[in-house]
Amino acid sequence: MTPEMLSLSNSPGLFVGIMLLKLLVVFGVTMLIVAYATWCERKVIGHMQTRLGPMRTGWHGLLQPIADGLKLFFKEDIIPSESTKVPFLLAPMMILVPALITVAVIPFGPDLKFGNFIIPQQITDLNIGVLYILAFAGLGVYGIVLAGWASNSKYALLGGVRASAQMISYELAAGLSIIAIFMLSETLSLREIVAQQQLDLWGVCSFVPNWFVFTQPLAFCLFIVTGLAEINRTPFDMPEAESELVSGFCTEYSSMKYALFFMAEYANMIVISAIAATLFLGGWSAPLNIAILTMIPGFVWLLMKIFALMFFFMWLRATFPRVRYDQLMRMGWKVLLPLALANVVVTGLVVVVLQ
Amino acid sequence: MEIIFFYLVALVAVVSGFLVIRCQSPVNSALGLVNTFFCLAIFYVMLHAPFMAAVQVMVYAGAIMVLILFVIMLLNLGTEARKRYTHGIVWSSLASLLVLFNVIYFIKRGRVTGAEGDITTFMVESVGHTELIGKAMFTEFLLPFEIASVLLLVAIVGAVVLAKKQV
Repeated sequence: MTPEMLSLSNSPGLFVGIMLLKLLVVFGVTMLIVAYATWCERKVIGHMQTRLGPMRTGWHGLLQPIADGLKLFFKEDIIPSESTKVPFLLAPMMILVPALITVAVIPFGPDLKFGNFIIPQQITDLNIGVLYILAFAGLGVYGIVLAGWASNSKYALLGGVRASAQMISYELAAGLSIIAIFMLSETLSLREIVAQQQLDLWGVCSFVPNWFVFTQPLAFCLFIVTGLAEINRTPFDMPEAESELVSGFCTEYSSMKYALFFMAEYANMIVISAIAATLFLGGWSAPLNIAILTMIPGFVWLLMKIFALMFFFMWLRATFPRVRYDQLMRMGWKVLLPLALANVVVTGLVVVVLQ
Repeated sequence: MEIIFFYLVALVAVVSGFLVIRCQSPVNSALGLVNTFFCLAIFYVMLHAPFMAAVQVMVYAGAIMVLILFVIMLLNLGTEARKRYTHGIVWSSLASLLVLFNVIYFIKRGRVTGAEGDITTFMVESVGHTELIGKAMFTEFLLPFEIASVLLLVAIVGAVVLAKKQV
């Protein structure tokens, strides 16, 4: 009896159980990384600026995220009297939910055999996986725009307007840079894309895997830059530029609602790193096709790639000053978008010639 | 199971569609419209058309509605009290009743004969929805596709000409 893919039709009880387990584990791990990414960022930036960062709570400040969480939890929850209530309450959720939903399509390991069933190590494998990610990335704008508008404050509104303009502009370049990957992989399913990256590099080099970052270095750079702009990180943190806009779109927020914005920022960072790792860096597969390295379970490699990219983002934050708004717009439309389009054209030509 | 889910989503879609026209603030109306688009995307998924669903969310909910919201925010329409129109109610309700009658009539008149043509559910699931749409778009429907892209180009050029003071 050949093992078959576990689905709702062939074993409903087991399917629901495994699904719940996968959901809980992925959600828990993401939330844990979110909490400790804040600590890590403060430590990393601290040491880069020859400071120590948090030291007081726990060993080297390890309990700092818990202390922060507790503090924000017990703060007074202020809703400005002049704000528009419903969008004001909805905005923090509308920014966090798209970020967390996207994690569902990231594969984190090879298929497992359990009795007669194959269990994929991925919450769900959509055959439009990448489009799903792009669609939900687009929905993330609403949270920021609504937060800015509903607060009824000039700083928040300016932050929201800036954010929406920035995210709309950079979404295009991000989407176009991913198109080059589709053209090589000829599939939209992330599972298939990872499987293809485990083959030999360009069909010749037997121990280096065929990661798309080797064939598409430009697309990778474009995706990282536009991804940073999409999630409003330094050097593109225009929407919350402290020196000019107080705190941008989340100026009027306090307590857990503010914490949700904070969590969303780090969740977005994890998501962008996970997508970049899956599309360009081989997902959960090992960096070299050597037996010792491929023995290590897939989720370890995926997490290591995510952490490396997140460290890179923190490093960027400690290194670069914020770009000016007109520079940001000019770069998005006049540099990144044409480059992404040219990359699509060149990739198409090469694919046709090689066929 | 599926029919219950359908009615649940349909209820949400109809309620949010109702909110679009009944909300006092234009921003809330826009949010209602986003929700309606999202429900439509769920219907596409239930019809085995995931590509359409993703595009629906990406283009309508993700791009067009953000731009509309952007404009509403910049014009700050939310704070001004809107005038209430009452004189059109009779005619508009008559017109909508007629449309409803039309829809019911045509739905009842049609007869479902079963699957026809090459594209069946089995084929969609084995070949893939995205691939089928791509093939159809670039072979059978190439001319309409190209005409639509020329139309979009004209619209972009027009927008640039309108926005620029001196060309």
